Amino acid sequence: MSGTSPGQLPAKVMISMTVNGDAVSEAAEPRMLLADFLRETLGLTGTHVGCEHGVCGACTVLMNGDSVRSCLTFAIQAEGATVETVEGLGAVDQLSDLQQSFKEHHALQCGFCTPGMLMTVTDALRKHPLASDEEIRDALSGNICRCTGYENIVKAVRAMVAKRDAGGSGA
Amino acid sequence: MKPPPFAYEAPTSVADAVALLAKHDGEAKIIAGGQSLTPMLNFRLLAPEVLVDINRIDGLGDIVDDGQGGLTIGALVRHYQLETSDLVADRFPVLSAAMRHVAHLAIRNRGTIGGSLSHADPAAELPMIVQLLDATLTIVGSGGERRVRAEGFFEGALTTVLADDEIVTEVALPALPPGTGWGFEEVARRAGDFAMASAAVTLTRVDGVVGDARIAVMGVHDRAIRIPDAEAILTGSDVDGAAITAAADAVRAAVEPDDDLHASAQFRRHLIGVLVERAIGAAWHRAEGESQ
Repeated sequence: MSGTSPGQLPAKVMISMTVNGDAVSEAAEPRMLLADFLRETLGLTGTHVGCEHGVCGACTVLMNGDSVRSCLTFAIQAEGATVETVEGLGAVDQLSDLQQSFKEHHALQCGFCTPGMLMTVTDALRKHPLASDEEIRDALSGNICRCTGYENIVKAVRAMVAKRDAGGSGA
Repeated sequence: MKPPPFAYEAPTSVADAVALLAKHDGEAKIIAGGQSLTPMLNFRLLAPEVLVDINRIDGLGDIVDDGQGGLTIGALVRHYQLETSDLVADRFPVLSAAMRHVAHLAIRNRGTIGGSLSHADPAAELPMIVQLLDATLTIVGSGGERRVRAEGFFEGALTTVLADDEIVTEVALPALPPGTGWGFEEVARRAGDFAMASAAVTLTRVDGVVGDARIAVMGVHDRAIRIPDAEAILTGSDVDGAAITAAADAVRAAVEPDDDLHASAQFRRHLIGVLVERAIGAAWHRAEGESQ
């Protein structure tokens, strides 16, 4: 494969990955961001795109179990990877424990940041003690809520930490 | 915005990656974690013809004991690996401490040491820490392999000695001498933001005085730098108040900070002196603990 000359776009390539447990294989340009691949190609619009430069956290998904910015990852880089999005957490009539906690604590207002918050918290619950509200706020610091509803998000996470530490599912 | 079109290559060896870089002669960019490059592509600040993705190269993702008290760190080691590595915490706790200030978990999951060093942001932690720790970088290019001391690697903002066909493959951190304490200080507007200023210090205590002093700063110059004048002031001292103040003044005199949205140059110059004083105090306290 070589560089492009004016008017000539690099050919689409087949990209295969596992998304929320399903094997998918779709053609996309190498420049397609993972966020756009999920939303536009696969129709998984739960992953939101806010800033498109890695600052707001709305597009956060899990790739091979780790939280990543899907706007800072090319779909082609996820070739062979396992990707989990908010659609994989639960469904409207069957919320996951984390989603239920957000609901119970009114941890969302407009909801735009919520998918990214949920995926970030999923990873943080696995990796960080989150023993204090300061640690929880630090873990959330890469996700911006423009409704500024952080207080209730912290409460929702705090409840999940308690549940995790008591031997519950944690996510 | 969306990135401009590019062709994509994912070589599985360093030799293949270097060959691709040479073939495209300055029109190719390496992507590793992509946490700095992808925003620049999304903003269309860059439009490389080819992206050379080095993530599929085996053997660059490990933190290895060098058998002499130091560590050899592969270029693809993620920030999260450095942050959570027991080996790093044991040998170079200042590095562990610094990594907690690098952006956010999702960024640390992807970002790599080789990428951060090659990107050379003047307000990034790793370019400062590798200079503090007297690291040596292994660089591979068409002409073969060479080793460069960290202090000589950075030329300015986003500029290093890397040629278009070269890749950083490894970072070697030599053992710190016994009796060494460390200090790390950083101030940013919000957790995970780029630093307004940051300082890292190691002091080695020998017979009750400073045998070896290292002071590195970032966010206050066109690149992270060591401050030899301040190090000389501390060396041989017992780190009394006068020595600490003189060292901080030497740091303020050596740096050339810029004004930006987050802080004025004047404030940054003041701030870095304060952070250096605190880092010296912490380092000496720890060195005393190490020596007992």
